[in-house]
Amino acid sequence: MILSGLIFLPIVFALIITIWPQRNTIRHLALGFSVLEFILSLSMLQNFDQNSSALQMVEKTMWIERFGISYFLGIDGISLMLIMLTTFLVPVTILASWNSIEDKRKGFFAALFVLQAAMIGSFLAMDAILFYVFWELSLVPMYFMIGIWGGTRKIYATIKFFIYTMSGSMLMLLAIIFMMRLTPEVTGGVISANLLDFYKLQIPFIAGDFFTAQTLLFFAFAIAFAIKVPLFPLHTWLPDAHVEAPTPGSVILAGVMLKMGTYCFLRWVIPLFPEAADHFAWLFIAVGVIGIIYGALVAMVQPDIKKLVAYSSVSHMGYIIVGLFVMNAYGVNGALYQMLNHGISTGALFILIGMIYERTHSREISKYGGLAAAMPIFTIGFVVVTLSSIAVPMTNGFVGEFLILLGSFQYSPWVAAVSVTGVVFGAAYMLWMVKRVFFGPAGEIVNHSSHNKSHALLDLNFRELVVLAPLVFLIFWMGLLPNHFMDYSKASVDHLIKNKMNYSLTWKGEGN
Amino acid sequence: MPNHEVLIAILLLSPLVGFFINGLRFRSQNYVIAGTVATGAVAISFAASVMLFLQLLEASPENRRLSVTFFEWMSVGQFKVNAGFLVDQISGIMILIITGVGSLIHLFSIGYMHHDKGVTKYFSYLNLFIFNMLILVLGDSLLTMFVGWEGVGLCSYLLIGFWFSDSAKAAAGMKAFITNRIGDAAFILGMFILFFTFGTLNIQELNVLVPNVMEVGWLGAVTLGTLMLFIGATGKSAQIPLYVWLPDAMAGPTPVSALIHAATMVTAGVYMIVRLNPLFIIAPNTMMVISIIGAATAVLAATIGLTQYDIKKVLAYSTVSQLGYMFLAVGVGAFGAGMFHLMTHAFFKALMFLGSGSVIHGMHEEQDIRKMGGLKKYMPITHFTFLLGWLAIIGVPPLAGFFSKDEILWFAFSSPSGHWTLWLAGAIGAALTAFYMTRLMALTFWGPSRVDKKVHPHESGLSMTIPLMVLALLSVIGGWVGIPHVIGDSLGHIPNLWEHWLEPVIRKLPVTAGAVTAPDASTELLLMGISVVIAIGSASLAYWIYIIRPGSSEKIKNSIRPIYEFVNKKYLVDEAYSAAIINPIVQTSKSLWYYVDVNFIDKLTFKAAEVATGGGSFIRALQNGNMQQYAMYIGVGVVVVLSFVLMR
Repeated sequence: MILSGLIFLPIVFALIITIWPQRNTIRHLALGFSVLEFILSLSMLQNFDQNSSALQMVEKTMWIERFGISYFLGIDGISLMLIMLTTFLVPVTILASWNSIEDKRKGFFAALFVLQAAMIGSFLAMDAILFYVFWELSLVPMYFMIGIWGGTRKIYATIKFFIYTMSGSMLMLLAIIFMMRLTPEVTGGVISANLLDFYKLQIPFIAGDFFTAQTLLFFAFAIAFAIKVPLFPLHTWLPDAHVEAPTPGSVILAGVMLKMGTYCFLRWVIPLFPEAADHFAWLFIAVGVIGIIYGALVAMVQPDIKKLVAYSSVSHMGYIIVGLFVMNAYGVNGALYQMLNHGISTGALFILIGMIYERTHSREISKYGGLAAAMPIFTIGFVVVTLSSIAVPMTNGFVGEFLILLGSFQYSPWVAAVSVTGVVFGAAYMLWMVKRVFFGPAGEIVNHSSHNKSHALLDLNFRELVVLAPLVFLIFWMGLLPNHFMDYSKASVDHLIKNKMNYSLTWKGEGN
Repeated sequence: MPNHEVLIAILLLSPLVGFFINGLRFRSQNYVIAGTVATGAVAISFAASVMLFLQLLEASPENRRLSVTFFEWMSVGQFKVNAGFLVDQISGIMILIITGVGSLIHLFSIGYMHHDKGVTKYFSYLNLFIFNMLILVLGDSLLTMFVGWEGVGLCSYLLIGFWFSDSAKAAAGMKAFITNRIGDAAFILGMFILFFTFGTLNIQELNVLVPNVMEVGWLGAVTLGTLMLFIGATGKSAQIPLYVWLPDAMAGPTPVSALIHAATMVTAGVYMIVRLNPLFIIAPNTMMVISIIGAATAVLAATIGLTQYDIKKVLAYSTVSQLGYMFLAVGVGAFGAGMFHLMTHAFFKALMFLGSGSVIHGMHEEQDIRKMGGLKKYMPITHFTFLLGWLAIIGVPPLAGFFSKDEILWFAFSSPSGHWTLWLAGAIGAALTAFYMTRLMALTFWGPSRVDKKVHPHESGLSMTIPLMVLALLSVIGGWVGIPHVIGDSLGHIPNLWEHWLEPVIRKLPVTAGAVTAPDASTELLLMGISVVIAIGSASLAYWIYIIRPGSSEKIKNSIRPIYEFVNKKYLVDEAYSAAIINPIVQTSKSLWYYVDVNFIDKLTFKAAEVATGGGSFIRALQNGNMQQYAMYIGVGVVVVLSFVLMR
């Protein structure tokens, strides 16, 4: 029941918050709830057997029997750490945005918990329709977050978000239904939405013929997920969504929601359509590599810090796609690890940007300069997170990026040779930004605050330090002792790579 | 004596602890506490290094290897890397240099930085640097080495941009990091090539697995792999084409230049090659590239050094040039000579940088040698120690630089993969070095004073002069551990300790068939004589131009004005890089953003959405911003599709 608990507890939290009578204590309540959820996920972690590649803690009940739709949850090494990332980031982001959400606080925290439930649901669902419901459900609170608590161009951003994600979802839904109609072959005549039944399907694949079932299904799913990642050239919704979203929205969006896309490549696309994934791997690797460089280059010339970080996400997610599609142990383990790293480092960057925005109400790089002298502790935090983002050894970013590059070299030295330029460009755009914001003589904003007592720039307060501490701690923990985290996923990844042509998942306690 | 595992742990952790202590109280301006903590931390490391070195000495030559594995770092599939560290003949010397010279520079910094508001922060960075540098040299695999390799780059970034309120200084730090990253990217590729060829990145295993054959082509795995590692080295050790960051790095505090940009970090590339000498030696093409780049850098940087007026810039180009010598040495297979010069250079160049720091300090932050002159009488200790450094670098016997530089020149000539042109380049470089160093001495310390009336030069305090004196002593006697056989034999039986020490870990170039028989002792003595004559002749010429006939330098300058300007502007390399690489990248990025993102993809998307929904009405309807509606659409969508399944 622990998995259901992880999904439905946040829903209950959301309900309690909507009827909570006291406005002042809502955020305390929300923080408490989210910590509770995190503790629950820790107990799940404790029960998890890391040597097994089987689904664990499975819950399965028939939901709509006639169509073989079931309420089917399970967890394995591929989803485990992503759940932990989700439950970890939510309390951090609640504390980070303690004062930034002034309006309709109730609605905001309710939306945040619904979002959390939906994200966890998408990671845990083992039934296609159940998955789809969670997947779509996760979009709703995000629309609200951007649309209600967003910035000046929030409507434009939400429409873009809407168009992109809905077109992806439509494709995916069609593909799911198509696959359900194929399932009677393997279930003895019964229709099923069970992912494990999907895995059993042998969908015909003819190399060179685009209009075959497997190829079309592959692209339907892959495009839906690629939009979410987002993969070049489907990425343009992301910078706008990030810029307009309030801090917690950005943190969750970059930290977790993008990983729903990459996770689904591992859970759905590669094992379901192995031949097509193999055949078109080059395409996704090529697009991933383009994304690495394109994202980095465009990030370099952004005038807005948040937009810069958004484009850096395009670059980082490009690495993850490359790692997934080279389909070897280094690449996939590295990609899975990089999902966590990106969640932490980019999440932390958005939190930091939020902290400075609360003080100055500006994200324009050219207005900054000399911030390091005014806010030394903030600067230390920002630089440490930057190191993780540009993958300096001993931080988590290095482990993921290195493994992905290693895997891509095994696939083709040329892919590695081109991708590795991202290492240089990454350092360039981040350090250039750091230089313009923190170093040099005092800029407009710092000057203004030093002449004006009421606008004095205060360094981080205790609450903000508490927010940053666990993130910084994780950056080094994951960088120095990656096995503590990777050991949970190795068995599952191994199983996937070795058996991807005939992938199947068993679960503990299954009849056999 | 504690066992070696404990000693290695102390060696590494002591500066890290120092970093945390000072880092956590970075606001403090108490330079006594900060300096004592930091210097003490490195001194403890030095003590540990000495004890480790003694343990090496006790062991028999084949067993001089102390290793320790603290934990498993990364392990995926076949790829396993430990946090493992190794002290052997090569890294044993390095830890002595790093912690020994490092302690002296820390001590010097107490005096140099005592009035700086960021003194505690400064010392914490300095300790962090020592920690990373030790990881670099002790790492038992290429990847562990790379951890330190990037770590020292980070510290270099932080320390170059230490006075970050100055935009130019912050930019210099950034330039250093990014230029180094170009090298690091190549280093990463080099590691991949070697890993997929040999199945390991462990240095011991690599050196053992290396077959006893030469790889002839350019496209062999070892050749490509080692070339990539060498590109990494050109970044870290400031060689053509990536040397451009080092002169700018002089923006940092002067002791930093002495420690990082002269004595330790910049020699990491040389060290890496010596560490992997069995691997490099089977790739003669790589070796050839290394020796040519080294020789070319040695000469090119020396010519720029002739024209600089900033005391630190002269020393910076000198460092680039001297590093070129080290690469020349390892490129012709004289790994021992390369390491030897690495050590002696660490002594005399650290000495000269600290000396320049003492001058700058005594001159109240003046760095332009045109505004100096005659400082000898104000700063006797600084002058005398600097003088010894000067004699050492230009190669006057029997000072340290003489032995190490001479050995390099000799091997450049006589090694199976040497060539007389390489020797000639080295000899020209030596002449140039003697010239610009004498010029520096003359303009700074000798001749009439050009010091501004308002400035009152003074000698520095003891915390600064003691390190100078110790380093001066080392610059004099440091070369005596490697006295060449021709001299040693004629003076009795003075052994070449250096060669003996490194012998078990250095592979010699196989003598290929048809190679000239090894040149004899008389040739060696002749060349040695020539280089001494060159150095002294060139130094005398400079003395004549700058002291005896003070106006003549201007006349010479005017007669070759265009060439002088070109050299003075550093051959416009920075400008060329900006115009050919950096600006096009920035322009391309702007175009990509504007044309591809904003004007192509976005417009196309909205167009497609309009078409798909029949005119713009759908979009317009959405634009009312009614959030509930969006949610409803999704709900409706799910219901519609589900009913489609239901009706099947």
